[in-house]
Amino acid sequence: MTEAGLLAALPINEFVFFINKAVIAGLIIGSIYALGAVGVTLVFGILRFAHFAHGDMMTSGAFIALLLMLLAPGAGALVGLPTAFVLLPVAMLLTAGLAVVLDRWFYRPLRVANVRPVVIVMASVGVMLMMQGVIRLFAGTGTRQLYVGVKDIYRLPVGNANIVVTEPQLLLFGFTAVAIVALHLFLTRSRLGKAMRAVSDNADLARVSGISIEQVVRTTWIIAGALAAAGGTLLALDVTLKPDLSFNILLPIFAAAIVGGIGQPYGAVAGGLLVGFTETLAVFNWSILLRPLRPVLPEWIEIPNQLALVPTEYKIVVPFFILIAVLVWRPTGIFRGRLIK
Amino acid sequence: MSLLAMAGVTAGYGGANILNGVNIEIEAHEIGVVVGPNGAGKSTTLKALFGLLTVSAGTIRFDGTDITNMAPEKLVRLGLSFVPQEFNVFPTMSVHENLEMGAYVRRDSFGHLIDQVYGFFPPLKEKRRQPAGELSGGQRQMVAIGRALMTEPKLLLLDEPTAGLSPRYMGEIFERIVAINKAGTGILMVEQNARQALALADRGFVLAGGQNRFTGTGAELLADPEVARSFLGGGE
Repeated sequence: MTEAGLLAALPINEFVFFINKAVIAGLIIGSIYALGAVGVTLVFGILRFAHFAHGDMMTSGAFIALLLMLLAPGAGALVGLPTAFVLLPVAMLLTAGLAVVLDRWFYRPLRVANVRPVVIVMASVGVMLMMQGVIRLFAGTGTRQLYVGVKDIYRLPVGNANIVVTEPQLLLFGFTAVAIVALHLFLTRSRLGKAMRAVSDNADLARVSGISIEQVVRTTWIIAGALAAAGGTLLALDVTLKPDLSFNILLPIFAAAIVGGIGQPYGAVAGGLLVGFTETLAVFNWSILLRPLRPVLPEWIEIPNQLALVPTEYKIVVPFFILIAVLVWRPTGIFRGRLIK
Repeated sequence: MSLLAMAGVTAGYGGANILNGVNIEIEAHEIGVVVGPNGAGKSTTLKALFGLLTVSAGTIRFDGTDITNMAPEKLVRLGLSFVPQEFNVFPTMSVHENLEMGAYVRRDSFGHLIDQVYGFFPPLKEKRRQPAGELSGGQRQMVAIGRALMTEPKLLLLDEPTAGLSPRYMGEIFERIVAINKAGTGILMVEQNARQALALADRGFVLAGGQNRFTGTGAELLADPEVARSFLGGGE
């Protein structure tokens, strides 16, 4: 779609442009944030520390998917879906295992020694740097494609414009919706899921009730690790796979978890979408939506070519701002989570 | 053989001992009440008993088993249940889910036990879908006791079950505790409201400075002028 073509068209084209560049774009990044933030918030709720290595757990999950793809390149062709997506359950399982092992090696010894939470947070920063190093050591610093070939593009014609979604984006929406419903059912219907909520509510009382804290901790890492692998892989399918794939989105993920109310899984989903949409709308070029008004506006008003609230290169400022605003005005987040002390 | 026998139990947090040789013995189906001034070690006694604190000397036997320093998760399976004084419900979970968590160690069906708890505490039945954190103090205490009953314990440990409650609720909770005991559960409770609690007690233990000062039936202790003068607030 060229600039000239847009100018000549009816407002319907501007509407479609808004759907494509704001609604779909916001939903994509919001879903990714949600998948990451659910893990961060569950880990905080159960283990009481901010897990900084979570972004790199997402990246590791995507690299595990890449590795599986190299081992079984034909898996996707069998069902007509991207190979990385077909192998995603295996990647999720392996990343869940990785998360459990990382806990066993690095976090559990500290937990047993009864250190203050900040010590474990620092340990997670160490794990984060270590994982970044390990990934670069084996995979280099280059950019890879997780989606093989040309992406399938779905076009929904509206007027003479198209609402455009690619196959990985559709898979991302579908997967996120299913994952959130599954998590909801797990937390509200299953014995172990309820035990997780009990430990998050009151760990001492959970122990007194005979709930095994270690079992709950393990379950938490399995869920957080699996969702991290899914988020990382689906993001890499949509864009590209780089060693800093998810480290760059760690801040928005934390913002999403905090906005949603730390320790609240539904809050994390809402927070992820909120941060994703805010970020997208902040860099959205509103002048395109104003152009159809050209004929009715007086001559002396000029519509600038760029009318975004925040220039694209400063996008990262948006989650920062949301984070600070929430911490100042509503520290418990929208879903009334814990205060971070 | 008694259901519970604590003999010469010494325990504390880190350095200083809070308990210096506490002896408590109760038979099955009895109500035992521990009273004493602040800092006497009443709550600490329950915590030491329930494995929440390291016992450095003495032994604790429960139903024929040595349970000294046994982890709480194991004690629950042996038939002991503990209701802490504060933070004794899961606030964001519904009343019903709180009771389910009490039955976490059970692998059999426990619907009849939930009904039994609603029988002891009728107000909970109406509020079963409400988060426990939204209930009044007295109702929260009912949820807490109900949760602890879900394992069908042989002995229920209550840490100041009426602390902070209005007199109306205090009477109601004491009444329910007696009913629970009549239904076959042994009770060991620590109480600030010493007079009312001792009136229900088969056995009373007056602690001071982490040691037993007086032991007897509830009626004996209430009648003892020295106990009354020193520990029950004036010799009425």
